Amino acid sequence: MRTPFLRPLAVAAVLPAALLTACGGESGDKAETGTGGGGNTIKVGILHSLSGTMAISEVTVKNSEQLAIDEINAKGGVLGKKLEPVVEDGASDWPTFAQKAQKLIKKDRVATVFGGWTSASRKAMLPVFERNKALLWYPVQYEGLESSPYIFYTGATTNQQIVPGLDYLKEKGKKRIYLVGSDYVFPRTANKIIKAYAKANGMQVVGEEYTPLGHTEYSTLVNKIGEQKPDAVFNTLNGDSNVAFFKQFKSAGFDAAKLPVMSVSIAEEEVKGIGVDNIKGQPVAWNYYQTTKGKANEDFVKAFQAKHQGAVTSDPMEAGYNAVHLWAAAAQKAGTTEVAAVKKAAAGLSLELPEGKVTIDGPTQHVYKTARIGVIQPDGLIKEVWASKEPIKPDPYLKSYPWAAGLS
Amino acid sequence: MQSLLNQLPIGISIGAVLLLIALGLTFTFGQMGVINMAHGEFIMAGAYTAYMLQDWAGDEAVLVALPVAFAVAGALGWLLERLAIRHFYGRPLDTLLLTWGVSLVLQQAARDLFGAPNVQVAAPPWLTGRVTLLGGALPYPRLFIMALAVACVAGIWVYLNRSRQGRRMRAVMQNRELAAVSGVATARVDQLTFFVGSGLAGVAGVALTLIGPVGPSLGTYYIVDAFLVVVAGGLGRLRGAVIAALALGMLNSFAEFWTDASLAKVIVFAVIIAFLQVRPQGLFVLRTRRLT
Amino acid sequence: MSPRLRGYALFAAVGLLVLVVAPLTLPAFRLDELAKYLCLAIAALGIGLAWGQGGMLTLGQGVFFGLGGYAMAMYLKLHDAGGDLPDFMTWSGVERLPALWKPFANPAVAVAAVVAVPVAAAVVLGALVFRQRVRGAYFAILTQALAAAFVILLVGRQGLTGGTNGLTNFYDFFGQDPEAESTQRTMYFVTATVLGALYLAARQLVRSRFGRLLVAVRDGEDRVRFLGYNPATVKTVTFAVSAGMAGIAGALFVPVVGIISPSLLGVVPSLELVVAVAVGGRYALAGAVLGAVVMNYAKTSFSEQWAGGWLYLEGALFILVMTLAPKGAVGLYEQARDALARRRPAPAPVPDRPKTEEVPA
Repeated sequence: MRTPFLRPLAVAAVLPAALLTACGGESGDKAETGTGGGGNTIKVGILHSLSGTMAISEVTVKNSEQLAIDEINAKGGVLGKKLEPVVEDGASDWPTFAQKAQKLIKKDRVATVFGGWTSASRKAMLPVFERNKALLWYPVQYEGLESSPYIFYTGATTNQQIVPGLDYLKEKGKKRIYLVGSDYVFPRTANKIIKAYAKANGMQVVGEEYTPLGHTEYSTLVNKIGEQKPDAVFNTLNGDSNVAFFKQFKSAGFDAAKLPVMSVSIAEEEVKGIGVDNIKGQPVAWNYYQTTKGKANEDFVKAFQAKHQGAVTSDPMEAGYNAVHLWAAAAQKAGTTEVAAVKKAAAGLSLELPEGKVTIDGPTQHVYKTARIGVIQPDGLIKEVWASKEPIKPDPYLKSYPWAAGLS
Repeated sequence: MQSLLNQLPIGISIGAVLLLIALGLTFTFGQMGVINMAHGEFIMAGAYTAYMLQDWAGDEAVLVALPVAFAVAGALGWLLERLAIRHFYGRPLDTLLLTWGVSLVLQQAARDLFGAPNVQVAAPPWLTGRVTLLGGALPYPRLFIMALAVACVAGIWVYLNRSRQGRRMRAVMQNRELAAVSGVATARVDQLTFFVGSGLAGVAGVALTLIGPVGPSLGTYYIVDAFLVVVAGGLGRLRGAVIAALALGMLNSFAEFWTDASLAKVIVFAVIIAFLQVRPQGLFVLRTRRLT
Repeated sequence: MSPRLRGYALFAAVGLLVLVVAPLTLPAFRLDELAKYLCLAIAALGIGLAWGQGGMLTLGQGVFFGLGGYAMAMYLKLHDAGGDLPDFMTWSGVERLPALWKPFANPAVAVAAVVAVPVAAAVVLGALVFRQRVRGAYFAILTQALAAAFVILLVGRQGLTGGTNGLTNFYDFFGQDPEAESTQRTMYFVTATVLGALYLAARQLVRSRFGRLLVAVRDGEDRVRFLGYNPATVKTVTFAVSAGMAGIAGALFVPVVGIISPSLLGVVPSLELVVAVAVGGRYALAGAVLGAVVMNYAKTSFSEQWAGGWLYLEGALFILVMTLAPKGAVGLYEQARDALARRRPAPAPVPDRPKTEEVPA
């Protein structure tokens, strides 16, 4: 056989040439990192999944971040310059997040990046931001045990969401807890914390089950739960699995009165897809609800719904919105968008935001947040039934909780 | 012990779901050798049909949706067959990739039409409740799915064995050339087969709204399982599909009961590989005189 | 110029472009991206070999890519940890280094495992399924299910594998900081060279006696068996070679991109690789390489412009390629060239060039 296999390479030759032309205009940028570029605008990056499985959730956060940018620009911008968002798609794929972060930092020279949702995407971006000494604002509640000097965490860490959720169950006299979660980092870490908490507080974990992401068959699991007769279920399932779980849980004859399910990943946005009938009356733990009282939230909800009709606002959206405002305030205070100065100015910074007063904790770069337990209402919104007296100091490593010794 | 007993009906009901999603494939894959990766998206189309209908059909939406979804998904399948697949007979592996492209387009179309978040299809009131079987509770939606699976299998059996069209279908399945020579319009039979096979996916989609999420990714959750059922059952064998679905349902149910959901999936896969060692062509082999 | 000579000239030209022109003109960030595409192209080359030449449609190549990638990443993690536990184990509640990890502290073992583990896995799987004459669609579906099961297993054993996060955050790649620009550059050259070498090796394999036997198995397995050969062996060996290539690709991917995670290895990424090969042209090894680079480049640049649209474009492109040009870009090129040659007043015909057209799927 003497077929010239190399011949098709001619086609291959065309490609790098095309690549070269496509990228030709990009090599000239030699500005410093973190300055947001020169000129009359400051570039900021927004990096969420706009496609793929995570798009459902992340697009809403992107929208609220853009709202915050518009608000800031309407008031004259930061340091007299308008903010110019550079939006990138992480495509629900962690390496893509890392690569797009690199692009935003190195090519677009953004002043800061707002982005990420899953822990996996944050872990993938973390080395990029640390090596380049650039800044990421991460807006979602997460599993804690992290405190990167180049990330600000505006969502809750475990002691601002999981622990209050447990406190609430304890207060209600729930002793036997069943743990249900999707099989990934957040549920496993959360459940580790829950088990340590239960041990110290006279509660008993009677079951711990994980299902693959995207799992939709829950009859066996519901049967296992029924067998153990727990007082409450602590649910860290993710995404579509929640829909299947609650539908099958309900049709097996369970409801909120019979067996409460405390969820930490179900916000206003998710209730619609699950079906209010299947989940009404169930408790959730967050730091913000659309119904949270206060002028700042009324304005936020009104402004958001003016742009996105019929949309609901949820905790991660609010945390994303907060991140933009907090960064802008820090940059204003620092008088520059340079990363080290912004970090310094951000420590102790305090703003009145939709969830109430939010203060940045300097050492951990997390924020003080009020914990709120809510109950899902028949109209699909969530009503607050319990709140911490004041914003809780973030403690990502749970150092101030004796029972948590040895967890990290 | 009691909950162990409960796993029995659960296994059957998982099997019923598997059977419903795989039934259509035994036609399109089994008979025509088309690996239709868009089958999952036809299931999705069925589910969205139920969603669209629930506003005016009210409590009976699920019942009304069954025939409509059959027609909608069937029409999609027919269209796919006419536009593309008919150029691919004899190239089964190419259809796999072709239909995967179709499935991507359909997913994104669903996202643009209905939005990325899941939509809610309310279970009708007459499906809330459960019966006690062997001491365990079996919810009505599960019973409904089982009944639907039985009805579909019975319907197909009658169709294949008692109707003229069905006999033609079997003739083409067993020997295309001979059927063509005997005067069967094979192209028309192919169209019909694809219509029925895809329509069954739509029916499955309606049933799945009772127990699972309804969103653009719905199809992707079921497609691999559906193919495994067909592979284990043997191509084009109704009997094989029924037995394989029930067996895999049981296996899944008990494996998950004793281990966990992740491991159960891995166990099922391992068992299928081992099984194919014994019977490489699946449970029941369709005897033809074809030489590959 | 004889076709053969022209082939070498082209190879040299492409080599020049990739090794000299691209590094000189592309900004570091784009060069890094190109390196990623080249990694994927290595895996695609393996698919081209198994599928295009051998007719085995493998939808589970992500598994072998992952095995190679994890082997490399495990070594890097252990090296960074310097005797301690890798960071993710700490937060996953693992207290002692699992036995599975221990051998990977040794760089030689890790590098050997990059090839050996995927090859061994492929040999076992291949021996099982090919001996039983599981083929065609069955084989495709089995490999797909394998990819699905592999991801579930990886995700489910978080303490062992890092779960969904995968393994990331490496500080030391054989004495270099993997994120440093100089390392990235070096990695680019390494990847390009490996790709070139593997391409030449694969081409040699295809042209050998073994290669001809492989094509024969693809086109008529039973006939080959009647002639006294054992198609199962031929297929298993080829499958193992393609798995080894995927393993190497995965191992290079780790320092180039800085992460290996289950989301890279499942059903969809594995299928996407196959798609890329089909678009480039499955019957030519160069088509596989070309397809992987073009499709991934298109994906990146397109999703920068219009996020949701990529799925439409990918789907549509794929439908078009499969219906109109099943031989992919290379096939189109050959068609165009032949058409051109026919129109020209017939120069010296090339009599000894056999037709490559009669290739059923």
